Amino acid sequence: MNICVFVKRVPDTESRVKINHEAKSVVQDGLNFVISPYDEYAVEEALRLREANGGAVRVVSVGRDEAVQTLRKCLAMGADEAFLVKDDAPETYDGLRTARILARAVEKKFAGADLFLFGKQAVGTDNSQVPAMVAELLGLPQANVVTKLEIGGTSATAVREIEGGAEKLAFSLPAVVSAQKGLNEPRYETLKGIMAAKKKAIPVISLEDLGFGAEDLSPAVEITNLDIPPQRQAGRLLQGTPEETARELASLLHNEAKVI
Amino acid sequence: MIAVYMEIRDGKVKKGSLEALGEAKRKAGETGTQAAAVLAGAAVEGLASGLSASGADKVYCLENPALAGYSSQGYAKALTDFVNEVRPESFFFAATAMGRDLAPRLAAALGVGLEFTRPIYAGKALLSLKLTTSPQIATLRPNVFPVFSGETGAAEVITKATAISEGLIKGRVEEILREQSAEIDVTEAEVVISGGRGMKGPENFALLRELSALIPRSAVGASRSAVDSGWIGHGHQVGQTGKTVSPNLYLAFGISGAIQHLAGMSSSKVIAAVNKDPEAPIFKVADYGVVGDLFEVIPHLKDELKKIAAE
Repeated sequence: MNICVFVKRVPDTESRVKINHEAKSVVQDGLNFVISPYDEYAVEEALRLREANGGAVRVVSVGRDEAVQTLRKCLAMGADEAFLVKDDAPETYDGLRTARILARAVEKKFAGADLFLFGKQAVGTDNSQVPAMVAELLGLPQANVVTKLEIGGTSATAVREIEGGAEKLAFSLPAVVSAQKGLNEPRYETLKGIMAAKKKAIPVISLEDLGFGAEDLSPAVEITNLDIPPQRQAGRLLQGTPEETARELASLLHNEAKVI
Repeated sequence: MIAVYMEIRDGKVKKGSLEALGEAKRKAGETGTQAAAVLAGAAVEGLASGLSASGADKVYCLENPALAGYSSQGYAKALTDFVNEVRPESFFFAATAMGRDLAPRLAAALGVGLEFTRPIYAGKALLSLKLTTSPQIATLRPNVFPVFSGETGAAEVITKATAISEGLIKGRVEEILREQSAEIDVTEAEVVISGGRGMKGPENFALLRELSALIPRSAVGASRSAVDSGWIGHGHQVGQTGKTVSPNLYLAFGISGAIQHLAGMSSSKVIAAVNKDPEAPIFKVADYGVVGDLFEVIPHLKDELKKIAAE
């Protein structure tokens, strides 16, 4: 089976976010970048499906040249091929723009794939829009926020997380699936994998190659403000025995804060 | 018109959808337009009359036997046809699992932007976006907007048969799997009772469930280290790579307060923390802190909560 996995390079979750207010952007300097954690589950799932069913795993990222590092990690994990769709635009927070690029890339370069895997959201922008948008643009069924995936021939079932539980979906392939934590435990790259990945060429696809003109991808959203939330102040530390502090805490929550 | 998708679970409209309808009604009042509730399913008219009280000026019922179970393709088609015909200026969803599944498909079908009213980096930064396309589609976080409580007349109910062609729906929900009966999600709970590494083991999360049983509309949450240790399911994780929550009260037990965790819960209205370590970063954001052994504090807290419940 042929699988396409879409990955994004993002600041790691340890990062302290600083804002450039003039540019309405997150300051990139000093940040450590990683593959978005949910995308790692998607790559791992693709590798496991290939190991069980044969076929090929192709990894695609939209972004600047630096995204090549993220693609190389995927190759080191075991992906067969990697492609960079080069887009120099700064973060637009416009999921539809990314979805259009990916849907067009699928039509032009990856048509015939059986499965399109994503992380359920990119850590950072936290949009969780792109997988469903790509599915709609391609007319495919989708299973988002998936913790279990089973493929049988040209159909599949998936378990996805919902509030207070889960739901089981049945759908036909090709399909879009987005991975949630819990789907699997991603493997570490091996030294051999890292060495092999270094030698692989990563083809670059330009937006022009995909038939986009400069004005075709103007964002449907405009950033009006980007800021750090107000800092919380440390409150009161309660003193006393466990019994006294429990009583005081319950009383404060009930009578002062009125939240219980 | 501001249209709002009414999510139906267990035969009832979800509270998050009613909150979104409340916000639509307020916004509609400001701009002199109407708020419309949109129900979709095989037969949904029975739910329509109850929506006037939550602020609906009109209720649209989009019906087709093929919408008997949820499918992202079928429901997106029903909503797309509705928007193309009725042309609301805005379309709101609750930012629930279903809303997040459906809203992007509608936005992509219409070729418009989508705003998730939300923090980014799980709460480390706040983003405001203006949508430059129409209609404006947005998903609204649960627990942020109040349900409408003003005076309303009876809403006009309009039922439309949705056209769904053979073969359009290539996937659908087969079965709902509940973790525990009637458990509410941390994103929807008014009180979140969370445990971290200090809980010491999976069995001790029973203590938090006992506290939760004493507090209405509460849910049990967890830090990443508790989840990664396998003590509780990932659906309970709060923070980056988990959920961002903003309950009225966040009670943190044995949680030190890593930056990823603080990002996901700092927008809680009130935070209280119990931790052995007086230097734990959680105390820097807590309104009320108790430096102590959670295993000694929780039994007394249970007694106090029982007293409050008995009042």
